[in-house]
Amino acid sequence: MSDENIIVVENLVKKFGNFTANDNLSFEVKKSEIFGFLGANGAGKTTAIKILCGLSFPTSGNVMVAGFDAYKQRNLIKKNIGYMSQGFSLYDDLTVKENIEFYAGIYGLSRKLIKQRFNELVGKLGIHDLKNKFVKDLPLGWKQKIAFSVAIFHRPRVVFLDEPTSGVDPITRRQFWDLIYEAVESGITVFVTTHYMDEAEYCNRLSIMVDGKIEAMGTPAELKDKYKASNMDDVFVKLARKA
Amino acid sequence: MNEIEIHNLYKSYGPTKALDNLSLSVEKNGFYGLIGPDGAGKSSLMRIITSLLLPDSGSVIVGGLDPVKDYKKLRLKLGYMPGKFSLYQDLSVEENLKFFARVFGTTIEENYHLIKPVYSQIEPFKNRRAGKLSGGMKQKLALSCALVHKPEILILDEPTTGVDAVSRREFWDMLAEIRKSGITILVSTPYMEEAVLCDKISLMFDGKVVDSGSPDDITSGFKNNLFIIKSANVPLLLNVLRGMEGLKSVNSFGQTIHVVADSSETGKPEIEEFLQKNNVSGCSVEQSPAGIEDCFIDHILTNTTT
Amino acid sequence: MNRFIGFIHKEFLHIFRDVRTMMILFLIPVFQILIFGYVVKNEVKDAKIAILDLSKDDVTTEIIAKLDAAEDIEVVKYLNAYDEIDGEFRANKIKAVVVFENGFANKLTKDKNANVQIVLDASDPNLANILNSYTTAILNNYNKENNINASGVNIVFDTKMWFNENISSAYMFVPGSMALILMVITALMSSISIVKEKETGTMEILLVSPLKPVQIILGKLAPYALLSAINAFSIVLIGNIVFGVPVNGSWGLLILTSFLYIMMALSLGVLVSTIAKNQQTAMFISMFVLMLPTMLLSGFIFPIENMPVVLQYISKIVPAKYFLIAIKNIMLKGQGIPYFWKELLVLIGMVVLFIGISVKKFKIRLD
Repeated sequence: MSDENIIVVENLVKKFGNFTANDNLSFEVKKSEIFGFLGANGAGKTTAIKILCGLSFPTSGNVMVAGFDAYKQRNLIKKNIGYMSQGFSLYDDLTVKENIEFYAGIYGLSRKLIKQRFNELVGKLGIHDLKNKFVKDLPLGWKQKIAFSVAIFHRPRVVFLDEPTSGVDPITRRQFWDLIYEAVESGITVFVTTHYMDEAEYCNRLSIMVDGKIEAMGTPAELKDKYKASNMDDVFVKLARKA
Repeated sequence: MNEIEIHNLYKSYGPTKALDNLSLSVEKNGFYGLIGPDGAGKSSLMRIITSLLLPDSGSVIVGGLDPVKDYKKLRLKLGYMPGKFSLYQDLSVEENLKFFARVFGTTIEENYHLIKPVYSQIEPFKNRRAGKLSGGMKQKLALSCALVHKPEILILDEPTTGVDAVSRREFWDMLAEIRKSGITILVSTPYMEEAVLCDKISLMFDGKVVDSGSPDDITSGFKNNLFIIKSANVPLLLNVLRGMEGLKSVNSFGQTIHVVADSSETGKPEIEEFLQKNNVSGCSVEQSPAGIEDCFIDHILTNTTT
Repeated sequence: MNRFIGFIHKEFLHIFRDVRTMMILFLIPVFQILIFGYVVKNEVKDAKIAILDLSKDDVTTEIIAKLDAAEDIEVVKYLNAYDEIDGEFRANKIKAVVVFENGFANKLTKDKNANVQIVLDASDPNLANILNSYTTAILNNYNKENNINASGVNIVFDTKMWFNENISSAYMFVPGSMALILMVITALMSSISIVKEKETGTMEILLVSPLKPVQIILGKLAPYALLSAINAFSIVLIGNIVFGVPVNGSWGLLILTSFLYIMMALSLGVLVSTIAKNQQTAMFISMFVLMLPTMLLSGFIFPIENMPVVLQYISKIVPAKYFLIAIKNIMLKGQGIPYFWKELLVLIGMVVLFIGISVKKFKIRLD
């Protein structure tokens, strides 16, 4: 982790008519940090992520992602982030290789670079046997690992993960987090949203949103201390019930 | 007589084995959990129990009935909540509930006492379309619909997947409440931490039950010594510990690492010594009893290596 | 029974809450019938024709004068050779050419037989058709007035449709649209509504409920049967009031026949739903497997007699063919059951067959 801020949010407000989805959010995410963004259904997580990914405008406040402004430089933001959601972003009817070539192509990587990085990836994941298989024929664990590799294939500065390991077995989950650690090692910042607190425990720092506001922020240990809870689930429930 | 009794059950989809020689029994008024990741065979098992799928071989008795032959009688006894949210999104909360009551030949009023712990929470929104409900409320509506005909056996396929922590906890509380009326509950979840909320569980992986019993039975069946190491730099420590001999497994658990010793020869002193030798400081090593997830990982590792 | 009514109630809620479903059910049929109707109503006004008079005698001059005097026809050009016709048509200056053979008056008196040929630009088939009957009527009139037939003398007409030899009978539009609309809408909507339950997973719950498969199928179909019947009725009504298409036969028979056809379309819809796994597939099958044959092979647009033999055989399994024959008989000819009992039997057979297969194929389990 370094001191450089990759995401800076100051007094972010997003309104839909009279409804305030994001109520004065402020936080920073540092380079190579794993930042967990938690909140109940409807707490406003999705709205905030859309703004951070350059998909929608804030109503007011300052938002900088990867050094770019969320009002004026949305296209530059999009070029410098990666995204992976629980509903896989890979095409079932394309092979692993075709999927990667397609996504890399979108980000304007040269053929030579794609080939080079693809070969690296195949070596790293050990997917010589899988690379020409259709995605639909892969086990769930592999789909998730490959989807993550695709999301960071263009070496974004920050990658957004939406409930990345929901439903996978405990071993695959750990292999997945190994990949995340590796990405962090290479300087990528990781922004994770999840409902599942065991996943939250892997984050360096967490924020918990309740009704559009950030109610708590800190390391998992700090939060457990502060709310006198034995695990993050209790922290979360205490916070949400208070509201 | 057990409410659900399954012996040597097999089910394949083409070359894929979904259920592989699976046996389990759920006693009457039991609160039974199927714990396992996606693809472990939980849904297939539940669909066979609910008579929606035919088994390839093996014996299945549910509520004293054979789901293959007596499916008509059995279906009257069952309340089933499939994994996917399956209510009519274009109908209101009340219309959905009324529909399912009517289909089973009953009314909301008749069994209101039964659904009250669940339905009362969403009743204020009874005129809202089901499609406009939040995830937690949808689950409550689906549960109300599965309960409205007073089933004897309630089968819930991953009811808490994709639901936030608060709603999830409320949901489990409601299940405990419903159980008091004598209903047998079989519920599945991919989340290990939810296992302890059930009386008895089966850990499922690759179509097999790798362990069964009460959560305590399962954790006390973990024979190796387990150590929890806290560290500020988990990735680094993981790499270091993976180089240590005498360890069965090294796994990250959030900001901690769980280390399972091969034998009693590897203990806290040996681990601390090894860390010191590798210039790692600032970690604490504590011996600890195993959790469900430790047991699960252990079973997968032994299952896949043998 | 209460279960079943509850089910139907739910189906109606689905239908009335979905704007798209309502549009497909009610707006599209009305628009379609109006569009077809407009095409037919396209009357001939000041149609420009040319004369190729190879005889140039008294009789031809008289006939030409009669043509020119007719209200909706205007003779704009005199051609000198047959070769010129094609150019004129392509230049789109005229719609028809009336050709008198060489030595017309002579032949009429000597051989008591002379030939007039009407050459029509049938690239617009309706116009050509109407123009043809206009011209023929005028010539016929001339025949009558001069008592040519009685004296055994005859002008022989020879009509040539250019660019479109098989002219379609657009007067069929009301029965035809009924066949098409009922087939597509009924089969499409019912199959989609069943497949939708599969897709959203609600079918799983219905299956584990005490509802019998037959109840699920019938409950799905009943609302569409009713709405289609309303549709059929409004098509006949629009055809009758707006376009004056008659119902010469019995209304009771018409309703019965239409209902039989609706049942057939519904059972086809169920059949589609047992094959299709998602709504797109259901839509695709309904559109291509059901709509195209109904439009092209039923005799609605192209007469079956003029089709290649292979297509004629295929048309035998197109249900709309039998429906069309039956309701044409009822509406246009005013005939009763003795004239089309065979067609009705075929339709009944189809309903039984399709429902039989559907109930067999409808799964009481997943898989």
